[in-house]
Amino acid sequence: MSIFRLVSTALQSIRLNWLRALLTLLGIVIGVGSVIVMTALGRGAQQEVEKSVAAMGDNLVIVTAGNRQYGGVSMGAGTSNPITAEEVKFLRENLRNMQAISPVVRASGQLVGGIGNWFTQSQGVGEQFATIRSWPLEYGEFFGEREVASRAPVAVLGATVAQQLYPDRDPVGEKIRIGKVPCTIVGVLGSKGSSPFGGDQDDVVYVPWTTAQARMTGSRDVMQILVSAPDEKSMAPLQEEITQLMRRLRRLSPEASDDFMIRNQTEIMNMRTEMTRTFTTLLASVAAISLLVGGIGIMNMMLVAVTERTREIGLRIALGARPRDIRAQFLTESVVICTIGGLLGTAIGLGVSQGIAKIMGFPTAVDTKMLMLAVGFAAFVGVFFGLYPALRASKLDPIEALRYG
Amino acid sequence: MNPSTPSELVRIKGMTKIYHTGGEVAALQGVDLSVNSGEFVAIIGQSGSGKSTLLNMLGCLDRPTGGEYWLAGKHVNELNADQLADLRNEVLGFVFQSFHLLPRLTALENVMLPLSYDRTHRIADPVGAAKKALTRMGLGERIDHKPSQLSGGQQQRVAIARALVSSPRLLLADEPTGNLDSSMAAEILNVFADLNREGVTILMITHDPGIAKRALRTVEIRDGRIVDDSATHSIGDVP
Repeated sequence: MSIFRLVSTALQSIRLNWLRALLTLLGIVIGVGSVIVMTALGRGAQQEVEKSVAAMGDNLVIVTAGNRQYGGVSMGAGTSNPITAEEVKFLRENLRNMQAISPVVRASGQLVGGIGNWFTQSQGVGEQFATIRSWPLEYGEFFGEREVASRAPVAVLGATVAQQLYPDRDPVGEKIRIGKVPCTIVGVLGSKGSSPFGGDQDDVVYVPWTTAQARMTGSRDVMQILVSAPDEKSMAPLQEEITQLMRRLRRLSPEASDDFMIRNQTEIMNMRTEMTRTFTTLLASVAAISLLVGGIGIMNMMLVAVTERTREIGLRIALGARPRDIRAQFLTESVVICTIGGLLGTAIGLGVSQGIAKIMGFPTAVDTKMLMLAVGFAAFVGVFFGLYPALRASKLDPIEALRYG
Repeated sequence: MNPSTPSELVRIKGMTKIYHTGGEVAALQGVDLSVNSGEFVAIIGQSGSGKSTLLNMLGCLDRPTGGEYWLAGKHVNELNADQLADLRNEVLGFVFQSFHLLPRLTALENVMLPLSYDRTHRIADPVGAAKKALTRMGLGERIDHKPSQLSGGQQQRVAIARALVSSPRLLLADEPTGNLDSSMAAEILNVFADLNREGVTILMITHDPGIAKRALRTVEIRDGRIVDDSATHSIGDVP
């Protein structure tokens, strides 16, 4: 029989018991739906990570003050001896695997200038900061080594700040007051949009870190040091080198643990994807169990159908059906049911993905290849779990079958 | 088909069938039978006589324990399952006691069923052939009716149309009037007589001597052996 004839025969039999078929294929629907949601979430997270990697800058290593222990009790990151200006200087002079380096000093203060005032985070950074973050400038230029050395009162504005205080114009050369410190604007950064963590990366103002220490925080401490490696290969040696230098600098005995932390972007991304991964693992198990249970349901339904239609099978054999014709008929029926389940599951999965994206704010991305794969897998479940009932149907004794019931 | 030069359609030589259900039951104990094209044969016997077993053998639905069977020139003993299916589809037409129509299909779809297994496409126009067969059975107006909308006699006529649609060489009928009242039974027997007059070879199984009388030849089977094989009366001798 032709495929078309087989499928239409299958649809005819399914229609006869459509409610039973619908209830049976719920498992397949849930299974396929979960697969769709799972991959949409996974791909969304993946794309997010890729975006963050691009946003943070390439091959970045971050050094922060570490964990301090009081008699065995860990106090958490940033509680140990803070990183100092001297350490920055030492690293800068001695690191061999390094491409660029910039300390980060966090200060804050009300900005006054242009058409009003604005509160935002001020950060003191080095002259290589824009290079490390691969951040282009909209106007002017980033401050250089000279400004950093002389603690010059200069500022580079983020796009959001520039838009708030100097809307739609080039503010380079104008004055801005950060807290009590009057600064000259030397540049405006291009817009980077929101960060992977949801914050606005453009709502910031950068000053030389020396200026920030001397005039704003009044401390020699540095919050973190950003170091970039020339390529991905030299990330590990760079991290190792920083560790060695920092331990020597801080005169740590060989058995003492590090009192600073070195993280790279991969580790940061991993933290971020961990939550998504937990969620997708959960969904994957739901999907696997649903498809298994759904498949067993299909098998059960097909076995019932074979029993119910014993006389029909006997008749078809008498009329000239070969065993393979009977097999094809029942196999087609279970594949058609599962494919319908797969299509329904895909539709529901797409809907749920959209819902999650909208309500929970999770990024989701749907892959058409994945949709086809999910429906194809549902059809495979139909073949796998329909095979035994179909084999049983084709092995019926026609005489017994004709006499049945 | 010319009755004066009959060709042999069915030839059975020393057929035995032993069932091994618990003990050994010999349903057929050496049956010899020859049926020529154009004949109308009734096989009569009590229940348990072996007549149903013989029909299953004739219908290529079961394999004998011993003996030889030729159908339409083919040595059935040597055929595999697929070849038997082809033989059933091309050479045989079945009519059952309980009609065996599929309730979800219309009369037309039921009649077309054997043609979906017509692998050699002997019938070029399945729909046309099915309509023709139904019209021949006087059901041209009811091709879209479901079996539940038809009387018992009409249902059996749909079943006969289904048996005829692939132009079989031999029509096998198993108690074709067993589920019908006497007037409908007479109607069906008239259909058989008409078909035989048109040249269709018919082999009918029954336990009722009154019905067997409508055939031109009666073969009586008892305890798995043929005990009587005689011509009854000529065509058209309707009681």
